[in-house]
Amino acid sequence: MEPRNEATRQVLTSVADLDTLRTNLTGKQDDRPIIALCAGTGCRASGCMKVAEQFEKDLEDMKLTDKVRVVHTGCHGFCEQGPLVVFRLGKDQAAADADGTPHTNVFYPHVKPAQVRELIESNIQQHRTVDKLLYREPKQKQIVVEENDIPFYKHQRRLVFELNGLIDPTSIEDYISQGGYQALVKVFTEQDPEGTIDQIIKSGLRGRGGGGYPTGLKWKQCREAEGDPKYVICNADEGDPGAFMDRSVLEGNPHSVIEGMIIGSFAIGAHEGYIYVRNEYPLAVLHATIALEQAEKYGLLGDNILGTGHSFRIKINRGGGAFVCGESTALMASIEGFVGEPRAKHIHTVESGLFDKPTDLNNVETWANIPIIINRGVDWYTSIGTGDVSKSPWGGSKGTKIFSLVGKVKSTGLVEIPMGMTLREIVEDIGGGVKDGKQFKAVQTGGPSGGCLPASKLDLPVDFDQLVEAGSMMGSGGMIVMDEDNCMVDVARYFLDFLRGESCGKCVTCREGIDQMYRIVNRICEGNGRPGDIELLEELGETVKEGSLCALGQTAPNPVLSTLRYFREEYEAHIYQKTCPAHVCQGLIRYVINDNCNGCHVCYKRCPQQCITGDVKGMHVIDQASCIKCGICYQSCKFDAIDVLTGNEQPRTGAAATAK
Amino acid sequence: MTADIATQAQQETVTFTVNGKTMQGRRGDSLLKVLLHEGYDIPHLCYHEAVTAYGSCRLCLVEVKKGRKTKVTTSCNYPLMDGIEVTTNSEKIRKHRKVVFELLLAQVPNSPELQSMAAQYGVTDTRFEKKYQDCILCGLCERVCREVVGVNALGFMGRGVEKDVGAPFKQPSKTCIGCGACVYVCPVNCIKEEQLPTKRTIVRWERNLPMQTCKRCGYPFAPTYQLLQMQKQTGLPWEFFELCPDCRDVKD
Amino acid sequence: MSEIQTTVDSIVDQYQADPTGLLSVLQDIQAKMNYLPQEALERVSERMKVPMPRVAGLATFYSAFSLKPRGRRVINVCMGTACHVRGAPLILDTLERKLGIGIDETTSDGEFTLLKVGCLGACALGPIVEVNGEIFGQMTVTKADKLPDKLLKEDRGGTEK
Repeated sequence: MEPRNEATRQVLTSVADLDTLRTNLTGKQDDRPIIALCAGTGCRASGCMKVAEQFEKDLEDMKLTDKVRVVHTGCHGFCEQGPLVVFRLGKDQAAADADGTPHTNVFYPHVKPAQVRELIESNIQQHRTVDKLLYREPKQKQIVVEENDIPFYKHQRRLVFELNGLIDPTSIEDYISQGGYQALVKVFTEQDPEGTIDQIIKSGLRGRGGGGYPTGLKWKQCREAEGDPKYVICNADEGDPGAFMDRSVLEGNPHSVIEGMIIGSFAIGAHEGYIYVRNEYPLAVLHATIALEQAEKYGLLGDNILGTGHSFRIKINRGGGAFVCGESTALMASIEGFVGEPRAKHIHTVESGLFDKPTDLNNVETWANIPIIINRGVDWYTSIGTGDVSKSPWGGSKGTKIFSLVGKVKSTGLVEIPMGMTLREIVEDIGGGVKDGKQFKAVQTGGPSGGCLPASKLDLPVDFDQLVEAGSMMGSGGMIVMDEDNCMVDVARYFLDFLRGESCGKCVTCREGIDQMYRIVNRICEGNGRPGDIELLEELGETVKEGSLCALGQTAPNPVLSTLRYFREEYEAHIYQKTCPAHVCQGLIRYVINDNCNGCHVCYKRCPQQCITGDVKGMHVIDQASCIKCGICYQSCKFDAIDVLTGNEQPRTGAAATAK
Repeated sequence: MTADIATQAQQETVTFTVNGKTMQGRRGDSLLKVLLHEGYDIPHLCYHEAVTAYGSCRLCLVEVKKGRKTKVTTSCNYPLMDGIEVTTNSEKIRKHRKVVFELLLAQVPNSPELQSMAAQYGVTDTRFEKKYQDCILCGLCERVCREVVGVNALGFMGRGVEKDVGAPFKQPSKTCIGCGACVYVCPVNCIKEEQLPTKRTIVRWERNLPMQTCKRCGYPFAPTYQLLQMQKQTGLPWEFFELCPDCRDVKD
Repeated sequence: MSEIQTTVDSIVDQYQADPTGLLSVLQDIQAKMNYLPQEALERVSERMKVPMPRVAGLATFYSAFSLKPRGRRVINVCMGTACHVRGAPLILDTLERKLGIGIDETTSDGEFTLLKVGCLGACALGPIVEVNGEIFGQMTVTKADKLPDKLLKEDRGGTEK
């Protein structure tokens, strides 16, 4: 690791100071090979810190500590394959694969401590890849050596994530040496606040938190609003279940967010800022805290930043675990020390927000886009994405969007795509298609505010407006793929259950409305649905949508309404045939043992209800009356001898059972 | 809203329409207040002139057209603005209102007050599962206690379906002064008061309060804690509160 | 002054008793004491001059807070969408049955508290269970069934992983 002396960080008093620092840092950059080890939350969960320790130990044993630079980077996005290690080698250090082809970015998935020594010996000392440990793509199972050739990465357009796999997020020097804070310099030296706002408007950047409101317009309104002081806020209260890109950006490249916020504060005329981050993200809190301290040390935050006269400070507020606090007015109430109850926005927060002062609130990913736009220019930025924003930022969706591609796809993780890519490209090309040879059923976007889109919508280009038109929304970027084993009624129930606990509880339409929708959908799942329930859901859904105060209530019926729109027959099967076609809803299914049973007795031992009878080596039987449908027998059976049935379905017998 | 904006706003007269009829009012005033004053028939449970509008019961929904956009909104917390076009009784509003009444009737099925108000708007039954609670969580008790009485004995606890209103920790209130303002203001009459010669009980908050007897006539006229609160707010000498209002008026 | 009051006072002082720091104060108390004792909340109300119903309202609104002491290990079962579609409800059922407690309850020996959480943001590894900061990914019903015993065993010095 780079020796880092805290004392060498001194306040930069001019733009020239920052340039000098950057030159020094870049000049000092050595040509040692880099071992980039993903240390994001996902890889930590897979044990990457043990791998990191092993690298440190082995390098020391091999007397290579000074010859190699190990970087603990932020999240690379391909969490499912963690712990991830990438050997970034110079041209003359390239590692050759079995065919002798040299490689400079060698990607290893699922790295275990026991493999570390071999990886070092081979890649660093012998300049050879370790072929048996290389990644195999999911379709043809072919080896892929280079990180950028992996289908999961190849089809992405990584702008916000560009530095995530390269830099150490706890080192501001890493960020600066990669061109960090250059956008800030550009704004300070070449632009005035109005010009900056104008660029952001022209870039067509729209809020990545879900709403898709043009960021530049928000800035403009906030700048023009009367009132002092003004505030800027970074919303990192990423609550959408199934979405974790904000966590990843804040963890992996916190300075890009901070740089964006400083630029925003300059454009708006604000001197105080807040980052409101979920307390469930300890690593993001830690990295943001470290980044703020380092930026303050260099005087990039504080009074008279780089001698320009602009002053700006940022504080971190931790969320308390309430989904509704992702709503801007609830978030502001929370910063003020109140419960997160949204208030009516008849007067907008840009005029009267935090502490009743003009406030601009943008999401993590939105802030991280700002330096990119400033650095590379409007023309370049607007060349990515859909529509035409030359007349109005509402005219299209520009730039990239990060999605968390999860659920039943082969390759799961965080993916950054250019706006306008189709759902099919995301699911098939990046995600490698549905897992285990199952049939694709739906993709859920937009979290609890969004909807489920069926296979017929797979060719939909992903942008703000198209998703809304199809009955879903972009949301913060959750993209959950579902297959034939997922019941859409159950998914609707899931979101309603989530929301009835997360509603602040103020509006009758939201609190009671969602609860009653839940009760209806729940009884449908339990097999007690009645004729008329679907129509009642639709009628109630409209009132919840139109009659609630904030976006939580206004969008809460979406998962139900969109599944009703595209999967109505599944609701009807539950209500009229009393079957769950996906074999999920516990009230409508039963577990039955088929002819494959060889009497191994495992299910007998595991069943928590002791409702399985049968002797060793004899056919076993489940007593339906006492079965609680926990599924333990099904998951423990190694002989495919348990069928999950609904309605009149009968267990497989003889050849049919063994044929599978 | 900041005090400055509020004061500035109140001085301005704005013109708007209600169901096509042109009207004038003060910018920033509660739309519901104006509509009720003008005699429009709009149901409401959580609104009371004496306290801040909260917008929880969702019964006072109206349609407001501002610029090109029309939206459904509660009127109680909608600040009057220039040029808005308000519709109070469209089919859409009637439909939503009916569902909201049904939701309330499912939550609190046995309140005669709620039943009769719903019936006025043609809703006599609910299609939703009855939950048999007694409070609609309108929050009037909490606001009147905080904003008018200045005691802060009550608050909302929890969130979502678990939300509740009352004294902290669902324990008997330690700070209620027994003034009865919450009893008076509750639209579904679920806060009851029991009055005995020596004590008053606010049943819902499990609070028993001794009564102050008038030094002159001996009538137990108010809970002692209420008088102490009044003394704190007015700064009058305690002797003033030792007499009941009737005896105070009698000159020595 | 009681120990609780001293603890609260030192935290309140860090925020200069400014009411806008109320949420942070409660978070710090929760982190330090593992729950929010009523006495602590009463002290907060007194010191920060915030009415008790508002303090109690915050303590019951945000799910980060608990009014009851939590167990030595807090098992958070992720109920995010990605985990849900990969079978999280069955994982939760299994843990409830295994521990003999419901959500937001603590075993009588004080070892485990069971909670469900909206999303832990490790969706690619679902279903996820988190215990005191350690994440267990790709859970199955069988793994969940064995988890409590495994955690107890690890604590007794075993290193089985």
